[in-house]
Amino acid sequence: MEILKPAAAGTLESSDAQVTVEPGDGKIELSLSSSVMNQYGRQIRDTVLETLDRLGVTSAKVSVVDKGALDCTLKARVECAVFRSMDASDKNIPWGGAVR
Amino acid sequence: MIPRPRPERFRLRRTMMFMNAQKPGLIKDAYIYGCDSIMLDLEDAVAENQKDAARFSLYHALKTIDYGDTEVIVRINGLDTPHWQEDIRVCVAGGADGIRIAKCESAQDVRTVEAAVEAAEKEFGVEVGRTLLMAALESPKGILNAYEICSASERMFGVAISGGDFRKCMQTTPQRDGIDMLAARGQMLLAARAAGIQCFDTVFTNLDDNEGFEAEVLQNKAMGFDGKSLINPKQIRFVHQVFAPTAKEIVQAERILRAYREQSAAGVGVFTVDGKMIDIAFIPGAERTLRLARACGMYEGDLV
Repeated sequence: MEILKPAAAGTLESSDAQVTVEPGDGKIELSLSSSVMNQYGRQIRDTVLETLDRLGVTSAKVSVVDKGALDCTLKARVECAVFRSMDASDKNIPWGGAVR
Repeated sequence: MIPRPRPERFRLRRTMMFMNAQKPGLIKDAYIYGCDSIMLDLEDAVAENQKDAARFSLYHALKTIDYGDTEVIVRINGLDTPHWQEDIRVCVAGGADGIRIAKCESAQDVRTVEAAVEAAEKEFGVEVGRTLLMAALESPKGILNAYEICSASERMFGVAISGGDFRKCMQTTPQRDGIDMLAARGQMLLAARAAGIQCFDTVFTNLDDNEGFEAEVLQNKAMGFDGKSLINPKQIRFVHQVFAPTAKEIVQAERILRAYREQSAAGVGVFTVDGKMIDIAFIPGAERTLRLARACGMYEGDLV
């Protein structure tokens, strides 16, 4: 999937994460800040990168501001931002396919 | 991945608590409160520009969080919106136990949703017929068509009234004695019982008015509702307390069932228990009391 325009999903509320994606220049550039960076920084980074990989995103600038989100919430926010960047978030989502 | 068992059409549903599907902080802990069902909301609680985000959230919550014995129902957007079809796809793909049809007004509405659910079950390899349905009646037309709605599908387990919208249509407001919705509640209960499905009352929204809440729950129980929709965990305990059978009712139900078994084995159809006439008409009620008692942890016998 190709990031066509900037898009965001999520909030800065507790247990949530705000994810922003922008068109990249051939690679994934991830900037991450988290209220639980010391304990979970690596796990959050892995979850975000795995989710992007599953969606076939290979070029993007991604920013994640994490407020203690569970893995399932991180995935949901990354996916929503990516689909929004292609104006494809409203219907025919591949539930159980690329989104799982 | 948390596989959920096949949903049970007629299970105990005293309390059904609404949760905004878009709020991760809420849905991750939903099961700990001990309500019988949770209602993850894609409709009114979710802002129009967050409907997409709520579905992603819902999908992963359904797939990841172990809700245990708590039933998981999803309230989808109305059939007059552009959202309901994708709502149904995500519910079925995620394995929700049931779907609540908002603003239901006719049997055709139920059949429209059922067709989309069946298509989604086939698309996602889910057993056809697994996903249950319930309808929310929110308008005078919905109430007048209650029976055809209640009997529209084998998937239908229950029907609920939605007080906020209904009162607006009727140009009234919540009244202390429930007179504002008396006719509607009565008509809906009649329809549900005639169709053999469950019936749930609307939410009580003034969290500061505990006395009013308790009065309404007692009236719900007296009218014959199966349960109530809730908006706050602190409302759960009282409803469970009111809907639990009393110790006296349990003893009586046990005596009726025992006597019935003995007497019918001896070829007797009508007899007395504690001076009251009992025949076969009393048996389903007695069995229901014991099943309810078992669910409330008040009965451990083997009669049901």
